[in-house]
Amino acid sequence: MTSDARVSALSPPATNQSFARRFESALPYILLLPSAIFLLIFFAWPMVQALILSVRTPDGVWTTQYLERMVRDVNFTDALRNTFLIILIAVPLQFVFAIAMGLLIQAKLKASGLFLYFWTIPLAVSDLAAGLVWLAIFSDRGFLNSVLRTTGIMPIAFSWLSFENYGTLLMAVVIAELWRATSIVMVIVVAGLQLIPNDYLEAAEVFGASRWQKIWNVMLPMIRPSLQVALILRTILAFQVFAVVIALAGRSMPVLASEAYNRYGELNSNGAAAYALVILIFSLLTTGLYLRALRTSEEEMGR
Amino acid sequence: MSAQTNAMRTPLANAEEMPFNAAANKPTLAKTITRLLLYAAAITISLFFLVPIYLIAISAFSPQQAIFAYPKALIPQTLSADTMLFFWNARGVQSALVNSVLVGILALIFSLLVGAPAGYALARFLFRGRDSYKMLILTTRAFPIVILSIPLAVNYIQWNLYDTLWGVAFAHTAMALPTTILVTSSIFIGVSRELEEAAQTLGCNRAQAFIKVALPLALPGLAAAAIFTFVLSWNETFAATILTQRNRTLPALVLAQIADVGAPLPFRYAGGFFLIAPSLIYIFFMRKYLLGMWGQVVK
Repeated sequence: MTSDARVSALSPPATNQSFARRFESALPYILLLPSAIFLLIFFAWPMVQALILSVRTPDGVWTTQYLERMVRDVNFTDALRNTFLIILIAVPLQFVFAIAMGLLIQAKLKASGLFLYFWTIPLAVSDLAAGLVWLAIFSDRGFLNSVLRTTGIMPIAFSWLSFENYGTLLMAVVIAELWRATSIVMVIVVAGLQLIPNDYLEAAEVFGASRWQKIWNVMLPMIRPSLQVALILRTILAFQVFAVVIALAGRSMPVLASEAYNRYGELNSNGAAAYALVILIFSLLTTGLYLRALRTSEEEMGR
Repeated sequence: MSAQTNAMRTPLANAEEMPFNAAANKPTLAKTITRLLLYAAAITISLFFLVPIYLIAISAFSPQQAIFAYPKALIPQTLSADTMLFFWNARGVQSALVNSVLVGILALIFSLLVGAPAGYALARFLFRGRDSYKMLILTTRAFPIVILSIPLAVNYIQWNLYDTLWGVAFAHTAMALPTTILVTSSIFIGVSRELEEAAQTLGCNRAQAFIKVALPLALPGLAAAAIFTFVLSWNETFAATILTQRNRTLPALVLAQIADVGAPLPFRYAGGFFLIAPSLIYIFFMRKYLLGMWGQVVK
């Protein structure tokens, strides 16, 4: 009461003050507004448009023809299978390697700063460049065949990237993806591990925990939340795999995003949007499934 | 508080841990072997990351006929700028490089101009809808950004933005904006609110207090967020390819040459190295800040 009186005594006239107060309460909204408008125009509305494009003709007739044509397309099942195979193989491996690498960094080796630098180099490398790097290794006259020949292990060159050798082509794409994206997950792991209070690890030691017990029972549970978010984000990004595949396989390995690119190149925006819709649906489904699985496992943990 | 606990712990630790530590520090055979295995693993992983970069580098700096030679030597006989020059002088490469830099700069300016105020608002004010807005921003990450480019291309033709640097920069801004908002918000949370209020009691108005006090303190973090946007833009391939026809960015040009024309191997290798080179330098200089920054950005 007294402080209020003092404030009003010191403040400028009442009208000014109410304006200032109103401005103050409106300020956060004013600051948010540009970002809201920008995201509406360049993010939210285009997402809706992608949906509309896939089910409506340019003349405004609602139709399922684009979706039907997509499903009947010879490459559709291949694109779906390839995308899923890349995700199912590459994403778990990324996490296994990233956790191992993060623990290695935490093991306080000499030169661990140097190791960390080497291992984070791919952070800023694009998927296109990663594909081209591994192209130099896996192409017919590439370094892998060269080494295999000069060492006499395999005198006849093998076409690792030929569509006839699906297994090795898939392997090449997965290796390039691992090379590029493991670093990102590792950074999350290392950042999480460094946040674990030393007391926890010391306490584990005092109670006689072995190295593995410390990792399983203290470190991994502590970084679990950030790993869960990373898992969702990596999977969503993997559904959009594109340039790595183009660089290594060209057209011999269709994936969902490259089919969208091809439809667009054929001036068929609606067909491209149909593929975009598939990517969108799988991404949202993945997020939903993960969140649900995580929630139930957390409830079990709580019990 | 923490000093206190430390002080309380030290005598205990000295008394009890000393004998343990003395025993633990004695290198047993098993410990040495484990240590060696850990080093072997770390070196193997390092080779997995470094050897491919070495190989693309020697490919990019060997004469063009060496690229088609077989079998290749792992140590090149001759080095030459021939292949790199072939790429550098290929049609569109130089202007694409300029475009890439311009788009990156535009995207980082837009994302800061639009994102930082929002981040500041989320950090400093308690208002109705604050948590929902934060949630909304987080939710955008569940949406695949690849699919934005197709409807955007359709819109851009109407808005006269198709095949312009502005258009690509807007798309990259949209991709970077959610991250920029969240990161700048956590940066401003880290800048003490009391300092700003102190400046205001000393006669600054709100804007002055922000510009003179909060902004300088937040600058390193804001720079990191800006660089993140630039790297995202420099590397982004799909949208840049879809949204341009002749005004390509570098990755868009390289991708289109590969996918649509079947560019020759020297072009691909030199292009690959050219795209990677900046990231080597960048990571080298940023390596100290990487954990904090990427830990933030990808969280």
